[in-house]
Amino acid sequence: MTATAENTPGAEPGGRRDRRKDHSPRKSDRAKAEVRLGWMLAGPAFVVMLAVTAYPIAQAVFDSLWSYRLTAPDERSFIFLDNYLLLFTDPMFWRIFGVTLLITIVTVAVELVLGFGLAIVMHKALKSLRGLLRTSILVPYGIITVVSAFAWYYMFHINSGFVNNWFSWVPGIDSELDWFANFGTAISVIMASEIWKTTPFIALLLLAGLAQVPDELVEAARVDGATRWQQYSRVIIPNMKAAIMVALLFRALDAFRVFDNVFIMTGGDANTEVLALLAYRQSISRLEIGLGSAVSVVLFIAVLLMVFIAIKLFNVDLAAGTDASGGGNKKTGAKKGGGK
Amino acid sequence: MGKLQKHRTPRLALAAAAASALLLTSCGQSDSAPVLTWYINPDDGGQAALAQQCTEEADGAYRINTSLLPNDAPDQREQLARRLAAGDSSLDIMSLDPPFIPELADPGFLAPVPEEVAERTTEDTLEGALAGAMWDDELVAVPFWANTQLLWYRESVAEEAGINMDEPVTWDQLMDVAAEQEKYLGVQGIRAESMTVWVNALMESQEESILVDPSAGAEELETNLDSEAGRRSAEILSRIGEEGLGGPGISSMDENQSMLLFQGDDGSFMVNWPFVWPATNAAAEEGSIDSQIPEDMGWAQYPRVDPDTEAAPPLGGINLAVGAESEHPELAYQAIECVVTPENQAEYFVTNGNPPSSAAAFEDSRVEEGFPMAEAIRDSLDSSAPRPQTPFYNEISESIQGEFTPLSGVDPQTTPAQTDSYIIEVLRGERLL
Repeated sequence: MTATAENTPGAEPGGRRDRRKDHSPRKSDRAKAEVRLGWMLAGPAFVVMLAVTAYPIAQAVFDSLWSYRLTAPDERSFIFLDNYLLLFTDPMFWRIFGVTLLITIVTVAVELVLGFGLAIVMHKALKSLRGLLRTSILVPYGIITVVSAFAWYYMFHINSGFVNNWFSWVPGIDSELDWFANFGTAISVIMASEIWKTTPFIALLLLAGLAQVPDELVEAARVDGATRWQQYSRVIIPNMKAAIMVALLFRALDAFRVFDNVFIMTGGDANTEVLALLAYRQSISRLEIGLGSAVSVVLFIAVLLMVFIAIKLFNVDLAAGTDASGGGNKKTGAKKGGGK
Repeated sequence: MGKLQKHRTPRLALAAAAASALLLTSCGQSDSAPVLTWYINPDDGGQAALAQQCTEEADGAYRINTSLLPNDAPDQREQLARRLAAGDSSLDIMSLDPPFIPELADPGFLAPVPEEVAERTTEDTLEGALAGAMWDDELVAVPFWANTQLLWYRESVAEEAGINMDEPVTWDQLMDVAAEQEKYLGVQGIRAESMTVWVNALMESQEESILVDPSAGAEELETNLDSEAGRRSAEILSRIGEEGLGGPGISSMDENQSMLLFQGDDGSFMVNWPFVWPATNAAAEEGSIDSQIPEDMGWAQYPRVDPDTEAAPPLGGINLAVGAESEHPELAYQAIECVVTPENQAEYFVTNGNPPSSAAAFEDSRVEEGFPMAEAIRDSLDSSAPRPQTPFYNEISESIQGEFTPLSGVDPQTTPAQTDSYIIEVLRGERLL
């Protein structure tokens, strides 16, 4: 990303090559050693990553081109893109895709607002309270998703839950409300559980962003008579744009792959099925390895697409937002300069 | 499979399995003996105890270790199918739920049952249980225990309604009583295996089957829900759903939840597996329910759809099979023969609440003591009908579960036909499931 900034208009490619040539004898020994060391340090991890991610992905792509049922190994046949054709022509797939998208958009939007609020609270908290506050806000994120899903499930369950009892004064809620029987209520509980669980994650990323905004900028704005709202909208938020975009992207990718909450609470009933659950059901329950792989590949491509869009269209610099050293600002500045 | 698997905590079974494993090792009994692994479904420790007993009786010929499978029958199937497909040689003995047997038998994942073993172990097996262990007219697993549903009722409710429970009753009667007395019926409206169990029982009680020819391949398979019997079955489900006769939580009502509903003030009638008897007695002893409830609890044969046609109650249970890749198939069948003796089945019934598949086991004096309804269970097993015996059972069952839930959405005119075409399309690879 930042390469575009260095590659200023007017600089000839040839010129760059020459410059590099000029510099190479001076840097070579140390640079080479560093590069070698870098590879030695990162190499094993790189190989492991290839083995545990690239290989299964390739295998899934390969399997998705076959009609292959685990309990009928002799009937395995190559059908090329038929699995994908089946997916894209089935209205059920698009409904499931829509539900996944709905969960992603709603949860990420709500989490962003809540997370920002929490980040400000953590940022502004008295020093003595800061540690305690951060820890307590992070508790939901520390809980295993399956455990939190069960907690929410039992909370809202018509027989064992207390929500119907406690909130019976709210219109529409009474002891006979089965939250998991209708799409609207079921998806709301699922999303609420997701939001409760992962808002701390966003808050933490945004807190890193907030910490990067130099106090002088805010102070200068205050001196110039900016209101609290203007300080946030004109100074703080634009300066932590990178952190916001990274938080958004990470969370959106996570939310799009939602599985645990739906699996535990409804198992896909009441039309709450999501893409990851569809892949699970085809591969694991139906043992249709080909079709299940096709769903997984589609899910993977959708996630890749989201990353691509975020990086290309919204200029998210994945390194900037998480860099708490303050480098993020510089990079953002450089990017802005380069972009204009 | 019996509901026991769901409602009993697997901890007990785990503890028993661990204890037996410990015992076996500490005895140092025939360390060189081949080890047979028995994949058991969760129970109250009965299978682990039988494993230990048979190990002792084998006198060094083999040693049985147990390995616990997941709680639900579909989850058990998933694990076993994956292991079998991968050629896992540790699958010496498996506790299998009957409807999933054809799927594993068809591709040759199960070792053939030797003729003599088949003869010896099925001498007095009840008809329903035997049907559940067959595929393609051959015995592919050995019946171990058989389960069936009875109609459980609150005597006070039946009395007030003036129904003679010694005579066969119909679904219409039950629904009328529940509606009149503003009580709830204990039925399983959850989108789960229990829905297929129910639909199948309603169909079979009208002497019709869900599948025209269960042995047909995926391309030729035909379903029979779009029929008079299918529509009549849907009418019953639809009325219970629309009139709220199954209670407000019907869409999450499984066997355990319906038992809790039955035990409450609004309980009236319930179709459920026999585990409800020991469970209700235990709850009454513990004081978590009214102590009078077991006394108010009666049992009868599964309700009829048509007053003049005998009901075909659901069939469950567990059969034992040997993996095709097992290194010791002969020893495994020896061990199975030891496990399924009528004495052991009777013992297992009394201690774990799972009814025997052998007729002789019902004659055991201990059975009559622990389960006063043993005779009713036996009669029910005799008239019970298995779920569709096909390698595509999972697809068929999941389609039915999806289309017939929620109960309030069932339309007798359209749901059966839709389910039929949906199943066909899924099997032909034209639709997602």
